[in-house]
Amino acid sequence: MTDVDTGDSGPGDVWDDRVAGALAFLRERLTGDYDVDEFGFDRHLTEGMFLPLLRPLYKTWFRTEVEGVEHLPKEGPALVVANHSGTVALDALMLAVAVHDETPARRYLRLLGADLVFRLPVLSEIARKSGGTLACNPDAERLLCAGELVGVFPEGFKGVGKPFADRYKLQRFGRGGFVSAALRTGTPIVPAAIVGAEEIYPMIGNVKPLARLLGAPYFPITPTFPWLGPLGLLPLPSKWLIAFGEPIPTLDYTESADDPAVVFNLADQVRETIQQTLHRLLERRPDAFSA
Amino acid sequence: MTTPGGVPRVVLVTGVGRYLGAHLAARLAADPRIDRVIGVDASGPPADLVRVLHGVDLRPIDLRSPGVLRVLVDAQVEAVAHLGVATVADPHGGGRPAMKEHNVIGSLQLLAACQQAPLVNKLVVRSSTAAYGASFRDPAIFTEETEPRAVPRGGFAKDVLDIEGYVRGFRRRRPDVAATVLRFAPFIGSSADTRLLRYFAAPLVPTVFGRDPRLQFVHVDDASEVLLRAVLERHPGTYNVAGQGVLTLSQAVRRAGRIAVPIPEGGLSTLAMAARRTVSLDQLDLFVHGRVVDTTRLVKEFGFEPRSTADAFGEFIAAQRSGALLGPDVVRAAERVILDRIRQVRAARAALEATRD
Repeated sequence: MTDVDTGDSGPGDVWDDRVAGALAFLRERLTGDYDVDEFGFDRHLTEGMFLPLLRPLYKTWFRTEVEGVEHLPKEGPALVVANHSGTVALDALMLAVAVHDETPARRYLRLLGADLVFRLPVLSEIARKSGGTLACNPDAERLLCAGELVGVFPEGFKGVGKPFADRYKLQRFGRGGFVSAALRTGTPIVPAAIVGAEEIYPMIGNVKPLARLLGAPYFPITPTFPWLGPLGLLPLPSKWLIAFGEPIPTLDYTESADDPAVVFNLADQVRETIQQTLHRLLERRPDAFSA
Repeated sequence: MTTPGGVPRVVLVTGVGRYLGAHLAARLAADPRIDRVIGVDASGPPADLVRVLHGVDLRPIDLRSPGVLRVLVDAQVEAVAHLGVATVADPHGGGRPAMKEHNVIGSLQLLAACQQAPLVNKLVVRSSTAAYGASFRDPAIFTEETEPRAVPRGGFAKDVLDIEGYVRGFRRRRPDVAATVLRFAPFIGSSADTRLLRYFAAPLVPTVFGRDPRLQFVHVDDASEVLLRAVLERHPGTYNVAGQGVLTLSQAVRRAGRIAVPIPEGGLSTLAMAARRTVSLDQLDLFVHGRVVDTTRLVKEFGFEPRSTADAFGEFIAAQRSGALLGPDVVRAAERVILDRIRQVRAARAALEATRD
């Protein structure tokens, strides 16, 4: 009778470890026994809660495939510049999961967010705890100087809030502030192309007066929202492909961080690379939802 | 005029009626290189500080009166440490108008007097990181060069900005004086009566719903050390003074064994208005957006690093264990009980299944 309880009971087995681990996590949360960096990044909560919550979405729902992880440095800083889409910025979160789970060193992607994110309660709290901060040059440069991987979406709301008809057409890249941050710190820029986010909430309409009333950049109408109520919040299960491109070195331009010609040229080069990669990835994925 | 090391022979300290001012004055008075320390406070110091102030030449002068200049000249004061800046309005002492009058006009008059006192060659002014304000559009970490995005709405912060403005004017008019402005993070300590101490005193602590601000503290003893070095040495310029690292408010509440009671932002504003005594608008913005400063310049120039925010807070809670509802011991004990229970149940079930086989 003794051979029965070797695998699944008594101290030392998998389930016991899990229960003990979960309780220890809870205790550490309840007593504040964890560290938060100066930006508010809570590694303990990110590892213990945010990433585990996002992984099913990343793996099972979107079946995300990643290529070019070797272009992300094993250590030291890089500025990851990606396209932005999908009405709700899930692409930023999936990119962060990709960077963490696919890099051998399990690196974190420190996202730069719009000021709207930090104006709102709850969202601002989650953004900081998951490693995000305000998209401004002092913060970007500080993170890069500390050797972090920083993620930025230069299209901003123009990208996330564009109509479905414009899918995979990169929008204008703002003032190129991200390029100056990279130049000033001599950090390589890694272009990233994300395919799949455009189809999660296809935006077929935008109720501008309602958006203005709510102080939001847009009020989306999708095939399911707001018609199906809360069910309309469920993202459609599109197939995702993420590709990291070859790093663009910036060390030669360190003195030109304030030269608009250099900044715009480099921003254009990054934009062109991402656009071409998007086209290439789309050919690999003839249909948005299968496979 | 001054001794070779730059140590002033006569120092005037304002705000000796409060913990920090009294302790700085006492430490200066204990230094044998200093002949005389004059402590100024409008009303005499409270009973518990009188003992600390032994050896300090106390003068009950209102900073707004011409008496200050006379003292500066007659006593041949060489260094002035201005700590007489009120952080909260005293509802029994004239409220916010009196606080503003005291802070702004008092500082203006003191600086005017310093300007006319030829022997003064060092000025140290207590400022606050509240000068940066707190808003969602601010960078995560303030350096001394960061300009506030919006004028802070709290009274104290506005006063501090005014005072710093006067110091800039003073620097232009008296370039020979080494003017040091110290922007302190909120003070914390085991014995000082700080606003934070009162905030963390209750078992239930109000917080803002959906916000978890990053906080930084500086231990009062470290603050007094920085002030002391500023008076004894020569460090012109503006410096952030804070304990390295951050704690989020929720983390601080948990470490203190308190329980957070989140209140919606709107409701808290009303509550703050009603309870002006304990919460000011400065603090409200701080509790929504948080405030973190860079202390690289301080550490480099002063050669001194205040204990970290986490350590300073740890000392603070160790000193006042009472009132904790959820201390680490309680939580650890609960964890053990639950884990043992689960193990017992599972072992019993396994035994049951084993006998069934």
